[in-house]
Amino acid sequence: MSTEPVSVSIKDLHLSFGRTQVLQGVNLEIEPGEFFAFLGPSGSGKSTLLRAIAGFGPVPSGRILIGGENVAALPPWRRNVGMVFQNYALWPHMSVRKNVAFGLQERKVSTAEIHERVDNALDLVGLLDFAERRPSQLSGGQQQRVALARTVVVEPRLLLLDEPLSNLDANLRVQMRRDILDLQRQLRLTTIFVTHDQEEANTISDRMAVLNEGIIQQVGPPMALYDRPANLFVADFLGTANVLRGRFASADGRYGVVTEDGIELPLKESPTTGSGVVILRPQSLNIREPGAANDPGQVTLPGTVRYREFLGAIIRYGVNVGPHLLLIDHGHRPGERIFDAGMAVSVEIDPTHIISLTE
Amino acid sequence: MGTPFDATMTILMRQPRSAVGVAAVLAVFLLVFLVIPVVKVVFVAFQDPASGALTFVNFIDFFNTPLFRESFINSLYVAFMSVLLGSAIALPLAYFTTRFHFGGAVLIQTLGVIPLIMPPFVGAVAMQLLFGANGSLNLLLDEWFGFTVPFMRGLNGVVFVESIHYFPFILINLSAALNNIDRSLEESAQNLGAHGMRLFRRIVFPLAMPGYVAGASLVFLKVFDDLGTPLLLNVNDMLAPQAYLRISSIGISDPMGYVISVILVVFSLLALWTSFLALRGKDYASVQKGGGGLAKRDLRGGQKIMAYAVVIFVLLIVLSPHLGLTLLSFGTIWSYSVVPDGYTFANYQEVFASSSQYITNTLLYAGLAASIDVLFGTAIAYIVWRTSVVGRKWLDYLATGALAIPGVVLGIGYLRTFNEINVPFLDKPLASWWVIIVVALAIRRLPYALRACVAALHQVAFALEEAAENLGATKYRTVRRVVVPLMIGGILAGFITSFATAAVELSATIMLVSSESDAPLSYGIYVFMQSAAGRGPGAALGMIAVVIVGVATYLSHRVIEHYRRVQTVTGDVAPVI
Repeated sequence: MSTEPVSVSIKDLHLSFGRTQVLQGVNLEIEPGEFFAFLGPSGSGKSTLLRAIAGFGPVPSGRILIGGENVAALPPWRRNVGMVFQNYALWPHMSVRKNVAFGLQERKVSTAEIHERVDNALDLVGLLDFAERRPSQLSGGQQQRVALARTVVVEPRLLLLDEPLSNLDANLRVQMRRDILDLQRQLRLTTIFVTHDQEEANTISDRMAVLNEGIIQQVGPPMALYDRPANLFVADFLGTANVLRGRFASADGRYGVVTEDGIELPLKESPTTGSGVVILRPQSLNIREPGAANDPGQVTLPGTVRYREFLGAIIRYGVNVGPHLLLIDHGHRPGERIFDAGMAVSVEIDPTHIISLTE
Repeated sequence: MGTPFDATMTILMRQPRSAVGVAAVLAVFLLVFLVIPVVKVVFVAFQDPASGALTFVNFIDFFNTPLFRESFINSLYVAFMSVLLGSAIALPLAYFTTRFHFGGAVLIQTLGVIPLIMPPFVGAVAMQLLFGANGSLNLLLDEWFGFTVPFMRGLNGVVFVESIHYFPFILINLSAALNNIDRSLEESAQNLGAHGMRLFRRIVFPLAMPGYVAGASLVFLKVFDDLGTPLLLNVNDMLAPQAYLRISSIGISDPMGYVISVILVVFSLLALWTSFLALRGKDYASVQKGGGGLAKRDLRGGQKIMAYAVVIFVLLIVLSPHLGLTLLSFGTIWSYSVVPDGYTFANYQEVFASSSQYITNTLLYAGLAASIDVLFGTAIAYIVWRTSVVGRKWLDYLATGALAIPGVVLGIGYLRTFNEINVPFLDKPLASWWVIIVVALAIRRLPYALRACVAALHQVAFALEEAAENLGATKYRTVRRVVVPLMIGGILAGFITSFATAAVELSATIMLVSSESDAPLSYGIYVFMQSAAGRGPGAALGMIAVVIVGVATYLSHRVIEHYRRVQTVTGDVAPVI
């Protein structure tokens, strides 16, 4: 594609269905050529935000700038924003070719050029041989590809994908997300992708926004959000978390937290005072035999194994430490020592891996 | 949950002898009372009346007679025009209800189906009085503007009455089709640059087309076969009235009635086939998560007024037969005046005093016919979908095929076939015994009852039956204790629908009534309406018919709603038939 990728800028966007506030002041900057994800649980407003960018749903207040142009008041058909729908929305009464040609016909492109561009688009998604079929004669993955071809063939300024993988089975999903990413890189098309699956968002996006209850919780690259979540919601939504409440304290240049039940944990750096939570990822904890020589700088807590779940790549232990149940993931290697329910163990914590959040 | 393979194996292993027996009884009934009479009619149409040899001479005679040629063209004209006018009424109503947030939608959905609860011939006379040459509207037009409009003259009158009566078939089918279009199909077109008329023409209309064609072909079939309306409007140069008049005036040996019957059946089959083709493989109902129905828009002030104006205008026309009939039934004398001269209960008193046998006969006949329909409908549904009895699909085809047989044809077939058979002990032909009317009604309404029963059966998950058998219930006891109780809502709805429509059937009835004491309501109305003096009592009788059908329709909605709420835990989602 010849056109330069565009930026998207959303300023103070409010939107409500009747009396229900769905978006409550969204501000967002998306860079040209970026693969950006909206991540959140159902009802968080992520699809509503995407649809607002495409021009569907109630008219929002605020501004939506695409390449600097405010499109908030434009009807959907004047925005030149390509959208792939969750259920693909292929028209059952048209062949694959006619589906893909539709947008070009609306743009009054000449018949010869339409034919050529449709062929190119179908070739791009590997479905040129299926051009004369009806959508109902295609598999879910193929329908998805047709929907993609139908959208990119009109060379939209922006590509919007609404949960594009949710109707595919697990293997196809992994394949398809690679293909979508390759396509996006090839076309250098600014792309926004809506999903409720953090693994999908993590693997595919350059940056993402985590939404909850119509508010953007945090924006950033996936790994940064995982390692340095802005709040408990983000921490919890992006992965399993052991959460302990406590008060922060500092003395002699050293920091620490004391939980409600008196467990003391040193912290690398932290707020000096106030209450809050610390988050321990299961893979940051080690399970050891009690009394085993531990690394210096590590904290150990005594505990008792409550249960063990074998998940294949990892073994997940539930360990009672005081009143808490801590989840601990241990990478599975055949022949290694395993612990049974009821065994006394010690739990090893690296202070540098502890995430602390004030309230 | 078993795999489809398991389910198939289970079915293959079931060959209960009792099911075969029941299937045989049903097959014999359909053979004797549907297949043989119809085959006989077709056979006679191709038979030389003198020599009995097979020939086309009757058809040649038919098309050489100007009256018949004209009748044929008139019937086609009336059917096509009724579809057109019916579409013109249904399209705006369907469009407004599915596309806009519009308070009138509820009004349309409830009032829009009201015409169906009145047999068209009942409304015909009332519409003469409102729209006829000397009817209320033309009297007013003449007085104020000095001109009149021949709404009810000749074929126009038939078209007018029929389209007002049958447009709900188009409305219902088209609205359902529009509602089933996934919203995202429309949105994706907008996303790619389409809007307004182009969006409607390229996406919305093609997707709703199958529903429209299904509704339109049903209207064509109903109008083409209708006998009562043209008879009451005294339009005799159409096919169905000609068939009736030939048989009733010349006798059952006259071949022209049979030729007309064959033509009626062929066109009915064509209409049904068209509807089948339109719907086949076009299961566009693709509602998924986040979808459902076209995106509804808000109407602006001026648009809202326009929309209400259109809807109210259409509904006024649509409800005019009811209004006219009400006035007529309570009126004293209504002639050359806008409204009746005075109002009275005398018509009702007369009807109840002298003609109550019409009412009791109707309740008896329609009740019996509906009972037969749900009994046979349940049995056929079960045999077709839950057993492996050989040839079971044919039971379904045969019973459904009754849809394509016009009442006139069935009536002629019965007269021809059962006139030679005497009823034991009564010493009169089977064709003139009142029971044959019940049988004719049952056969004519069986397709509707069967659809209701099949839909109900699909609500009963197969596993529920297996669970009963697993706990030791025999096939018979499983059906009685599990299947039928779970189907009862659908069965009741089927009963009420059959009852309501059988109560006002005229075309087969009019051929088979042999004495006034055996006649049902519809025949009574027809007889009364023949004379000017009988119009008042006829209208009163018509009102009684409307009330019976209206109450039954209301009950059937209540029953369906009730069971839909109660039985949502029966497992499998029912496929829509």
